[in-house]
Amino acid sequence: MIAALSFYAFAAILIASAVMVVTSRNPVHSVLFLILAFFNAAGLFLIAGAEFLAMILVIVYVGAVAVLFLFVVMMLDIDFAQLREGFQRYAPIGAIIGAILLIELFMVLATWRFAPEAATLRLNPTPAGVTNAEALGRILYTDNIFLFQACGLVLLVAMIGAIVLTLRERPGTRRQSIAEQVARAGTVSVRSVPLGAGLKEIGIARPPAPEEEKPKQVEHHHGHGGHH
Amino acid sequence: MMDFLFNHPIGILILTVVKALALLVPLLVGVAYLTYAERKVMAAMQLRKGPNVVGPFGLLQPFADAIKMLMKETIVPTGANRVLFLLAPMLTFALAMIAWAVIPVNDGWAIADINVGILYLFAISSLGVYGVIIAGWASNSKYAFLGALRSAAQMVSYEVSMGFVIVTVLLCVGSLNLTEIVRAQQTVWFAIPLFPMFVIFFISTLAETNRAPFDLPEGESELVAGFFVEYSSMSFALFFLGEYANMILMSSLTTILFLGGWLPPIDIAPFNWIPGPIWFVLKICLCLFTFIWVRATFPRYRYDQLMRLGWKVFLPFSLVWLVLTAAVLKLTGWLPA
Repeated sequence: MIAALSFYAFAAILIASAVMVVTSRNPVHSVLFLILAFFNAAGLFLIAGAEFLAMILVIVYVGAVAVLFLFVVMMLDIDFAQLREGFQRYAPIGAIIGAILLIELFMVLATWRFAPEAATLRLNPTPAGVTNAEALGRILYTDNIFLFQACGLVLLVAMIGAIVLTLRERPGTRRQSIAEQVARAGTVSVRSVPLGAGLKEIGIARPPAPEEEKPKQVEHHHGHGGHH
Repeated sequence: MMDFLFNHPIGILILTVVKALALLVPLLVGVAYLTYAERKVMAAMQLRKGPNVVGPFGLLQPFADAIKMLMKETIVPTGANRVLFLLAPMLTFALAMIAWAVIPVNDGWAIADINVGILYLFAISSLGVYGVIIAGWASNSKYAFLGALRSAAQMVSYEVSMGFVIVTVLLCVGSLNLTEIVRAQQTVWFAIPLFPMFVIFFISTLAETNRAPFDLPEGESELVAGFFVEYSSMSFALFFLGEYANMILMSSLTTILFLGGWLPPIDIAPFNWIPGPIWFVLKICLCLFTFIWVRATFPRYRYDQLMRLGWKVFLPFSLVWLVLTAAVLKLTGWLPA
């Protein structure tokens, strides 16, 4: 009963927040509703017994991807009036595209059949007596290790591409090179000095201080008919 | 009665609430006294006296502070986004509390001993940044916003290497369950064989909790008070409590991953007379003391150097150490089944 109740609660909030993502006027609110939607999806995963997927969804999407989303959206300078300006004009086109997609979706769903093998698997998604994480690990790292490595390679290439596109040397920029700073000798050095030691004891040669100008010797008069 | 508590849904609910209270009340008292301990320890390190007026040795100071905070007026700035402005501190505080659901204080003493406990903790701790970002944005203030941006950049640079550290520990355990992680340290605490990872993890927890020397989001010399510059009274107090509760949480995570949780240092007579929870609390106190010690010792990092440390030092190092650990475990046959 509790599982069913929480399923409906999670599902209802998920759908409501998904609607809010699209309809809310402030893009920051949209992203925050998207995060709420991720959370509820994670809750649904938990009810389905996919605890590993639920946690990964929160860690990857909520903890990292959505943070960057929010980061970007917050920095946008958005004029809300301008944003809503073309709404009337574009509404029919949007409605037509939406209707086409909906019809296509119905056509797909009407002819959708599960493969008989898949239907049997669905009842018992992970082998009995094995935790979620272990079952997924076996599939990814043992059974399909080469495909997994290939995926990694594709991502690596994408990453190199992104770095190549953004890395540029601008003339006149100053960069800190920590290795160079540490390796530098001579001009400035940090030394640990024993307590109470003077400069001489630790071997720092200093140019001798310039001769202090001596105050003028005051002639001492043994005046007034001094007697010796 | 027992049957009702353990089997009836309402009984289970009551039992869980009681368990949660038994954990949260000592935790909140601990948070209150952590603020006191920080002021006292830092005072001792700086040759001052610290709070010593309210109560004997100033022991009632945390309560005096709490009452002061409660009595003050909550001010919401005119340009602020009211709902999000008030949501942010609550979020920070709630996240710091709910993470405790999976922490095993002793063998089998967790409220929820779930299979993916470590992932749950990692997920909750990575959410902590939302409180900061939302607060920074909703305040509608330059300083708060800059603090929030710094916090987001900082979190992204630390969480990756922190993840690798956790994976290294998990390789040695063979389970994602926190109780199992502690049990795997019966022979030797992971702080000894994985010492470099322990150091990286500790430094990352400093960054994760926005503590000195990585307290850039609230750097008071540059950003006034950073992301909570507009907050006052109870909404400020919730941020404050959340930060200190997070420190305790991260210390307990360090204890579980590297310092053997509730296990005594060596399993011989005088040590194993002391019950597990006391060892657990002692180890947390040791970590917290180091937190305070670091704060009293080091100057704040510059933010580009902080990111350099995360991406160019910790990430390659932890990655290499992960591969090394995996290779050693495989070659020596110590890999847990």
